[in-house]
Amino acid sequence: MKVIADRDVCIAAGNCVLTAPDVFDQDEDEGTVVLLRDDPPEELREAVRRAVELCPSGAIRIAEP
Amino acid sequence: MTDVTYPISRRRPLDPPGEATALARRAPIHRMTFADGHRGWLVTGHAAARALLADPRFSNRPEHMHLPVPGRMQLLDRQKDPRFALPPGFFIRMDPPEHTRFRKLLTGQFTVRRMKRLQPRIEEITRGFLDAMQAAGPPADLVEKFALPLPSMVICELLGVPYADRGRFQDDSRELLSLEISADEMFAAMHRVLSFMGELVRRKRVEPGDDLLSGLVETGELKDDELTGVAMLLLIAGHETTANMLGLGTYALLTHPDQLAVLRDDPAAVNGAVEELLRYLSIVHIGPIRTALEDVQIDGRMIRAGESVAVCVPVVNRDPSQFPDPDRLDLTRDATGHMAFGHGVHQCLGQQLARAEMRIGYPALLRRFPTLRLAVPPEEVPMRSDMTIYGVHRLPVTW
Ligand code: HEM
Ligand code: SF4
Repeated sequence: MKVIADRDVCIAAGNCVLTAPDVFDQDEDEGTVVLLRDDPPEELREAVRRAVELCPSGAIRIAEP
Repeated sequence: MTDVTYPISRRRPLDPPGEATALARRAPIHRMTFADGHRGWLVTGHAAARALLADPRFSNRPEHMHLPVPGRMQLLDRQKDPRFALPPGFFIRMDPPEHTRFRKLLTGQFTVRRMKRLQPRIEEITRGFLDAMQAAGPPADLVEKFALPLPSMVICELLGVPYADRGRFQDDSRELLSLEISADEMFAAMHRVLSFMGELVRRKRVEPGDDLLSGLVETGELKDDELTGVAMLLLIAGHETTANMLGLGTYALLTHPDQLAVLRDDPAAVNGAVEELLRYLSIVHIGPIRTALEDVQIDGRMIRAGESVAVCVPVVNRDPSQFPDPDRLDLTRDATGHMAFGHGVHQCLGQQLARAEMRIGYPALLRRFPTLRLAVPPEEVPMRSDMTIYGVHRLPVTW
């Protein structure tokens, strides 16, 4: 799996951090999404899929399933 | 077909209006007549609401908007009157990129991490109000003693508004959310809150503190009138919302004792329980509302440019395709994906703060008063059907 985040689109709602804290973080100043890793291992993938679904702005995507 | 108007009156206080449920069974989107006679749309389905709120072809600007319910109509009639213009900086009613500029200045202050850091202080504030309620003894109005003061003090401290001055904005802020207020009353209340906040902004310029408003002043990005509008939005949004979740949530728990026990006894259940209460209670019961800037197809229906669309969150959050057995309050279910905080670029800025307050507030209350119960029959608790944010006006409790 490969995850892509677009910080210009992100509105810093923080849902991704609540849903998959091992993959997503928020920037200290702007609160926008920071990828901790873009290649989540199997055990994190379900949470990543859910985070993508919950993201209100469409800022995170899965490029390669 | 009968004419559809915005569903608002409820037979059972915790369930969506019956008409909304009946409509939702038929289709996710319906033609609806707005309060001024405008022919627009009502959304009752979860997927349709998500599509609408994520779509940049819909605007949130007030000049496009028709209001679904009467009561605040005077406001629209008089919108040309400059007295009724929204203050600059009221970014909840802007579209990108204007909206983005304001939101990005604030988002760093509301991250999951920032809210974790605030936790000890929220716990302390919570203890303080519970101590006072206990010392005064039963019975008590839980809204006055706990549900309102907790988030009110938290947002005041975060913004840098002296809590001692709350007399200068709490009543006005409640009034601004009333559906029954007259235009003149609304103007007067808005003017009082704005002049209070304006004074405060000017003070922060001279004596900055360690708070959000001072921080915003220091960025040099915003003019005083913009800062004033931002501060007013945060102050109102920050205390009327969580306050109603705490009040109505406690009512829901006291009338569902098995669920109350889950929240009181299992610390691991708290986070999920708060999401379920958000879903089940859906206190934003009118809107969000958007207006199409061009023709847009949603769920097979063509929304024409200029038509307003109102979401009915209480019924969207009971969509059975999203939440099985939706009318059951089940604190152990996975309620994520609910729309209580909206969706799209305006999704609630304060949601992590609200979550922190609720995750701390509910269990602390239930553990402090293990015998907490209503002091009146449930049907005598006055509901806020007359307000833009749903909840209880008062919650008489004893222990
Ligand atoms: C449980 C409590 C809360 C609920 C249910 C709630 C609900 C909502 C909803 C539904 C929206 C979207 C409105 C729209 O799309 O038109 C929103 C926006 C907003 N909320 Fe909350 N809210 C809560 C607590 C808070 C708190 C504590 C704050 C404190 C700062 C806050 C500040 C805001 C702001 C500033 C916006 C506008 C965001 C934007 O336009 O980008 N809210 N809220
Ligand atoms: S959920 Fe989406 S909008 Fe929110 S912080 Fe994560 S990427 Fe940004």
